[in-house]
Amino acid sequence: MSVVVRTVTRVILPVALAFGAYVIMHGHLTPGGGFQGGAVIASVVALLVVVYGGARLKGAKGWFAVLEDVGALAFVLLAFLGIGATFFRNVLAGSGGLFGNPVPQPGPNPGDLNTAGTLPLMNWAVGLKVIAGLGSVVLLLSLFGREDG
Amino acid sequence: MKRWLFGAAFLVLVGYLIGGGIWLHPFGVPARDEMDRYFIENAQAEVAANNVVTSIVFDYRGFDTLGEATVLLAAVVGVALVLRKVKG
Repeated sequence: MSVVVRTVTRVILPVALAFGAYVIMHGHLTPGGGFQGGAVIASVVALLVVVYGGARLKGAKGWFAVLEDVGALAFVLLAFLGIGATFFRNVLAGSGGLFGNPVPQPGPNPGDLNTAGTLPLMNWAVGLKVIAGLGSVVLLLSLFGREDG
Repeated sequence: MKRWLFGAAFLVLVGYLIGGGIWLHPFGVPARDEMDRYFIENAQAEVAANNVVTSIVFDYRGFDTLGEATVLLAAVVGVALVLRKVKG
């Protein structure tokens, strides 16, 4: 692509990554969550594939595979945390530890990032899964049928 | 004969859709709302999350999200399988 497109991509890249991370991180407070933020970050992968070409991102395939495994395993293990009561029992909610604060007040409130127990961790697990999944789909589609793919 | 049959079926379908539009259940007035009430009133206290949708997706209906993640995994595996490099 032309130098204008490449420069604009370099400007947009950190902003888009930060927005995707924000959507994943605040999934238990604001609209959005793991799937939506992961799709935002996967669109960054699509942008890079369009601008720089898939061949230069070939090395990311292995990283995507690792991320997909880590996300899936983390999600299932977090679900198994509550197996003492039921599968998917939210044991960290209200425990006072990690993400263990109660909501500041019932009803409308400014929100506290350190709440909701396993929900933020599961959001990150699903977010990693969606980043790796959609990113590798875009990458594989761009590499299909090429000699150097 | 065939044309008449298709015309009649088309008219029945159009009438059904128009009737459905006219006698649609009013929006925002659920027929049964016990479960909605429960989520709205207790989700903040039980899951400690402000976003009730996320608390349903990852806590009350967590098993459904596990299936959704499995569907995503299956889709990615399918794409990787179809677009793989074949020798010769």
